[in-house]
Amino acid sequence: MAHEHKLEIFRGLLKFKSNTQKIWGVLIFLSIVTTVEVALGIVKPRFLTHSYFLGMKLLNWIFIILTLVKAYYIAWDFMHLRDEKTSLRRVIVWTPVFLICYLIFILLFEADYIYNVYSDGFITWDF
Amino acid sequence: MDATVSTGTEDSVWGGGNRPLGASYGKMMMWFFIMSDALTFSGFLVAYGFSRFKFIELWPIADEVFTHFPFLHGVEAPMYYVAFMTFILIMSSVTMVLAVDAGHKMKQKGVILYMFLTIIGGAIFVGSQAWEWATFIKGDYGAVETNSGRILQFVNAETGKRAALADFAETLPEERVKHQSSEGIWFQSEGSRTSYSLNEVVEGFKATPNILIRTEQLNEEGEKTLLDRKQSLAKILKGNQVVEGANLVHNEYGHRLFADFFFFITGFHGFHVFSGVVINIIIFFNVILGTYERRGHYEMVEKVGLYWHFVDLVWVFVFTFFYLV
Repeated sequence: MAHEHKLEIFRGLLKFKSNTQKIWGVLIFLSIVTTVEVALGIVKPRFLTHSYFLGMKLLNWIFIILTLVKAYYIAWDFMHLRDEKTSLRRVIVWTPVFLICYLIFILLFEADYIYNVYSDGFITWDF
Repeated sequence: MDATVSTGTEDSVWGGGNRPLGASYGKMMMWFFIMSDALTFSGFLVAYGFSRFKFIELWPIADEVFTHFPFLHGVEAPMYYVAFMTFILIMSSVTMVLAVDAGHKMKQKGVILYMFLTIIGGAIFVGSQAWEWATFIKGDYGAVETNSGRILQFVNAETGKRAALADFAETLPEERVKHQSSEGIWFQSEGSRTSYSLNEVVEGFKATPNILIRTEQLNEEGEKTLLDRKQSLAKILKGNQVVEGANLVHNEYGHRLFADFFFFITGFHGFHVFSGVVINIIIFFNVILGTYERRGHYEMVEKVGLYWHFVDLVWVFVFTFFYLV
């Protein structure tokens, strides 16, 4: 059990006096991020839905990046990964990250291929 | 810890007494479980992505599916309720960390209070999810499914808003009998009947000139394609049955796989929340009984806390991939 807590977030930009204070700070940060996500999802600014990066809408990239940011703070501060040994943290984070990236890559490529087979084929799927 | 047999070699590296990576046995096993569960969930979410990329031009727009808020009937409130649910879950995560923190300081009263709040938050979330399911299953506008399984939805040409089947369907003097497996081939039967027959919808559609059809196809603007009246009249003839609400086979909101994955992924997550609440209640009573006070540490609260935060973490991803992206 890690009894000492690291009380800095944002790479030392924000320092808290106690662990309780840090928890509330992280809550405020997570709430802000969620609010931004929901607001963007409702407004859907045109310049974000009509520009693409690597075949995906910029808006969706923003959603995914903000999700990863939220996941980071939940894992680091709520699940106390920040206070664990570096080796444990790496084992927990990098193993799934590697496997999931591979899974995403291979399945989405396959799905895109099937989409092309459906749309370029000589069979209609809409009748 | 108490169940471990003492061999007298605990202090040596291979004696079993040292903690690999500085984590206790129980905590390490909880991380093992969380990692395998994370891979299970990512398998589901990637499968969702697979189906979505496969039918990228037909996929329903989540904003148009989840537009309800309890007690606000007829008010379009896309995503507000899900945002509320997300906030509830993050909040219960916070009370859980506060319980763990109070446990580190050996404050039994604090742990009891915060565990209680966590359980309440979890219960609110599971209840919200049940409500969301019920709304989704019930459906709101109704649609027609074509021979190929595509969904045709109806739009009022004057207002540009969605039209419900009840707005234009005619009531014809026809008798509709529910087909049961006892009256015919044993493996063929019909679920609950829809409020209008296909014939009533088609006749009503022909008689109401200001109703247009919206297909599943997404256009360049990322919106569903709206057909003009002539195309609509041709399209309605391809209708095969009326669909109201969603289940595993038919889905009035669009592609049926959307409903399948919705039920499967949010259901699996909801089951995790439910079991998390049950585990939290067990630990809550242990705290009240003073079990951890006697044991001298509250590590058990920390372990269930890890599970509870993991459930929150999964929801963050489900929220993004189901409701936002």
